[in-house]
Amino acid sequence: MAADMGDARPPLLRMEGISKRFGGVRALEEAELTVRAGRIHAVLGENGAGKSTLIKILAGVISPDEGRMLLDGGEVSFASPAEANRAGIVCIFQELSLIPDLSVADNIALFDPPRRFGLIDRRAQRRIAEEALARAGAPDIHPMALVKDLPLSRRQMVEIAKSLARQPRILILDEATSALTAADVAKVFSVLKRLRSEGLALLYISHRMHEIAELADECTVFRNGRNVASYPAGTKTDNEVVELMIGREYKHVFPPKPVSPPAARPVLECRNLSWSERLRDISFSVRQGEVVGLGGLDGQGQRELLLALFGVLRGCGGKVLVNGKPVALSSPGQAKADGIGMALIPEDRKTEGLMLPMSVRENLSFASLDRVSRHGLIDRAAEDRQIEEMVRLLAIRAGSLDMPVGGLSGGNQQKVVIAKWLMRAPRIILLNDPTRGIDVGTKQEIYQLLRRLADAGAAILFYSTDYDELIGCCDRVLVLYDGMIKRELVGKEITEHALIATALNISGEQAA
Amino acid sequence: MTGDWRYRLARNRGTLLAFGIFLAMFTIYVLNHPAGFTANVVQTATNKGVLLAFVAMAQALVVITAGIDLSVGMIFILTNCLASWIVVGTPLQTALGVAGVLAAGLACGALNGAIVIYGRLQPIVATIATGAIYFGIALWLRPYPGGSVNEGLADALTGKLFGIVPASLAVLAGAVLIVWAPFSRSVLGRAAYAAGSAEPAGYMSGIPIRPAKFMAYALGGLLASIGGLFLTFFTYTGEAAFASGNAYTLFSIAAVVLGGVSLYGGTGSGVGAIFGALAFRTIGDLLFVFDLDPLWQPLFQGVVLLVAVSLGAFGLLRVRSRLEWFR
Amino acid sequence: MSETANLVGTRWLRRVDPAVATAFACIILLLAFGSLYSTNFLSPEYLLQQLKVASFLGVIATGMMLVILLGQIDLSVPWAVAVGGMMACAAAAYGTVGVYLAIPFGVACGAAIGLVNGIGVAYLRIPSMIITLATNAVAQGLMVVYTGGFSPRDSATAAMRFLATGSLLPGIPNAVVIWALIGFAAVFLLTRTTFGRSVYAIGNRERAAYLSGIDTRRIVMVAFILSGALSAFGGVLLAGYASKAAQAMGDAYLLPAIAAVVLGGTSILGGRGSYLGTIAGVILITVLQSILSVMQMPEAGRQVIYGILIVAMLLLYGRTPALR
Repeated sequence: MAADMGDARPPLLRMEGISKRFGGVRALEEAELTVRAGRIHAVLGENGAGKSTLIKILAGVISPDEGRMLLDGGEVSFASPAEANRAGIVCIFQELSLIPDLSVADNIALFDPPRRFGLIDRRAQRRIAEEALARAGAPDIHPMALVKDLPLSRRQMVEIAKSLARQPRILILDEATSALTAADVAKVFSVLKRLRSEGLALLYISHRMHEIAELADECTVFRNGRNVASYPAGTKTDNEVVELMIGREYKHVFPPKPVSPPAARPVLECRNLSWSERLRDISFSVRQGEVVGLGGLDGQGQRELLLALFGVLRGCGGKVLVNGKPVALSSPGQAKADGIGMALIPEDRKTEGLMLPMSVRENLSFASLDRVSRHGLIDRAAEDRQIEEMVRLLAIRAGSLDMPVGGLSGGNQQKVVIAKWLMRAPRIILLNDPTRGIDVGTKQEIYQLLRRLADAGAAILFYSTDYDELIGCCDRVLVLYDGMIKRELVGKEITEHALIATALNISGEQAA
Repeated sequence: MTGDWRYRLARNRGTLLAFGIFLAMFTIYVLNHPAGFTANVVQTATNKGVLLAFVAMAQALVVITAGIDLSVGMIFILTNCLASWIVVGTPLQTALGVAGVLAAGLACGALNGAIVIYGRLQPIVATIATGAIYFGIALWLRPYPGGSVNEGLADALTGKLFGIVPASLAVLAGAVLIVWAPFSRSVLGRAAYAAGSAEPAGYMSGIPIRPAKFMAYALGGLLASIGGLFLTFFTYTGEAAFASGNAYTLFSIAAVVLGGVSLYGGTGSGVGAIFGALAFRTIGDLLFVFDLDPLWQPLFQGVVLLVAVSLGAFGLLRVRSRLEWFR
Repeated sequence: MSETANLVGTRWLRRVDPAVATAFACIILLLAFGSLYSTNFLSPEYLLQQLKVASFLGVIATGMMLVILLGQIDLSVPWAVAVGGMMACAAAAYGTVGVYLAIPFGVACGAAIGLVNGIGVAYLRIPSMIITLATNAVAQGLMVVYTGGFSPRDSATAAMRFLATGSLLPGIPNAVVIWALIGFAAVFLLTRTTFGRSVYAIGNRERAAYLSGIDTRRIVMVAFILSGALSAFGGVLLAGYASKAAQAMGDAYLLPAIAAVVLGGTSILGGRGSYLGTIAGVILITVLQSILSVMQMPEAGRQVIYGILIVAMLLLYGRTPALR
């Protein structure tokens, strides 16, 4: 409808040849994006396709290595979010930027509150807040309410109001609806449509295909840091979109999987596990010798599931069985104990896996101190023996075992995290995205290792944001969506198409 | 606009609670006081409470930013010693002296702020160390208790206005109006709350976090020095009393907690801290009106403090991920 | 210095911490400076006397170091010291049994203060600064009630006096031997036991330690108990030294204890530091005090110098990383 009209006008914003590197990883390569006024532009792509990097560059959070941005035809660059704001580009990020102890009105006017005689004019501030809330479709939120007293979905509405109070020309919504209730989503949609008719350009990042279908005028698909296709919304079927998102080059070689899944008894069983609103009614089992993957978009409850199994979360409903016996674990200490034999390779090695300033040696033996000590006294000889064995087994490359582990490369750090748990010879191994941010060579080694461990009898539950890995490593994959297991893929069913389609919660039944 | 009061209530819950505790304690105190509710009883009680109120307000400013000032009692002592030298003589000299004392307090606070914020040091140890420096200077000024103060001014400010209202209370109200109210309504004040509540979010919103924290420490020093001035007005002397300085630091924390200021920052108000201070003083004096041995007073105050700081632990029951213990 | 290093295990000392080296260099500088005032400064008698005076601080600083290594702080030291001294002397007034139990009782009272601190910090997650200030106030209140506000009349037992002032080994004061024993125990605890390893780990990243299956809360609690007990033991020794306990006997030890630990290179943020550094810090503070008193520096100047020293050392070694 608006398509022909819009094409006649010059684009409001153009990003050309944008490249950005983080360490050795190319997040964006020669990416392009054109945004027009009065349009809702959806950006799609799987985990790590480069969407969020692009948004951060646009919002002034990071600056690109190469490329240029044209606003109204003139070249611009932003050193901070504040500069981007002044140019009329406002972004609503996934992580909330609200101050919980301040009121709604205080938050909406936080950036540049109205002042009288140098002091904040509360009455004017309240007017601004009320207008913004009304524009955001949430006039029911009281401007004097404290943000911390509001439920998450209302806070998200405040966030939207806050961004509108800055009078944006380009509004970026990064997964802005993920915390909203269905009723709120409908309201936000009508607000967004009104903003479009007021001539704003909206950039909409979402994994929810039905939302994109309802809202967007144009879509751009990203893959491997490049924009691979732009098309008017509604001109492609869901399956065609998924096809655009996949098709990345295979860079890895995976160890062969066993032909038929092992028929061993289940080591770990989960029955109707639930926690808060984040895990709902999760049931599955992992057998001895099996590598089970956890798939789905980032943040659908995978992390919580692993933490719940490891005894970190309080107030879990349902049952967990280890070797057929129900267990109630209330700390990682209990989970790693001899009768259970569980290990968790945590998400962030820098804050959860390692003590960076401590030596490689101290880190390696830390989870097994009870095994190499008697009455609290560390047996140095036994400790060294086990450490050396692990260093050999994982081929950890360190100048000295006494150097701080923080001085190792990312890949070797990750090996230390894995080795520290393998030293206990665990029977259940939980991995939370263990290959994030490490080099290709080390990744290969980790894949080989996982299979070897499974062959040796471990039960492995493996969450990865990289679909390649799930396809290459896992015997089965559980795809999570919104805290629920949406689908279980077994053997040949594990394809990139099926993974992405299930992750996006659209039907993935088609011939590959 | 109806229903505003509900939100006003929610926002000032801590302050109102502190006021309630104070009112209850003060009622019990007055009802049991042998002399009853007379202007003199009120004046005596006020004069004791006001000193702590100033120091507590100073502490509240810093605590709101999620910091702490363990030197606040020593600034109080230092300015007391300084005042016993320079707040004397002709009205002009006295006025200059008062200005000098206030400037000294402001400088002490600013030094704390500079070290903590721009030197990026942990406030606990940094302010213990600066506290030692301030106490050392106080001791240098007054190796032995002594000195004097302009008695006319002292009597005026510790007496009664129109024969009813304690003058010290009026000065306290003035400090609230001149220091606290503008600060809390300024952009810096809001940034101070943001710093205590969610510093990264505040930083992302581009508000002046560091200047706000610095201002909080500096104004804290200023308020503590007003307390030091009043101590001089009450006692007519200066004394570098180590134990007293420590006690005021400690009580200021108790008062702040009772006054509804969260030690984790972001909530509460200077006014709440004042009521917290008055309530804390009244609790301490309850023993006196009940004819209990004053020896029990330090223990009683200590237990009140211990209970007050333990109350915050109830929030732990709501934590559903054990990882949140390690924020 | 290399001798000491060999003594306590080279592996643990893999890199010479610049702060420790600085502290030792400062000690030598101070002694050289002191010898300009009086040749006494380099005599063995004087050095041994300094070491004896340092032992009391050394015992107290050991507990403080444990807590600082965790990234916490113990501000209940003043009255834990006083409680230790007073309760030991008080027990001595109860017949023969009391005399025997005097020292253990004093130490146990300090451990009880530490227990309250530990529960507050580890299980109730109250900031250590706040809870230890509160227990300090409660301990003070208890002692005021107990003594009636006067200096207690009970006197130290013969055993306490012997520990603090006698010398079992000819020429070497017992206090120095005690500090050496406690020091060895601390080095052993920190380097050879799971407890010590866990203390460093918690100080570095409690989250990671917890996810490694360590009961971090128990470790934190035990460290606070040890700190309280060691402070109280320091008080027992001080009471033995002076033959009786006094109300404010601990006040002079909080700041020097923190200063000694920090000057010895232990990170105020936790997780980093060696006992060798604390030894250096304790000796440095003691020598500094001695020189200031020889120079007849009044208490005022000493306080100022302490404060400036601590801030300077922190600015050198203890800064938190910048936000962005």
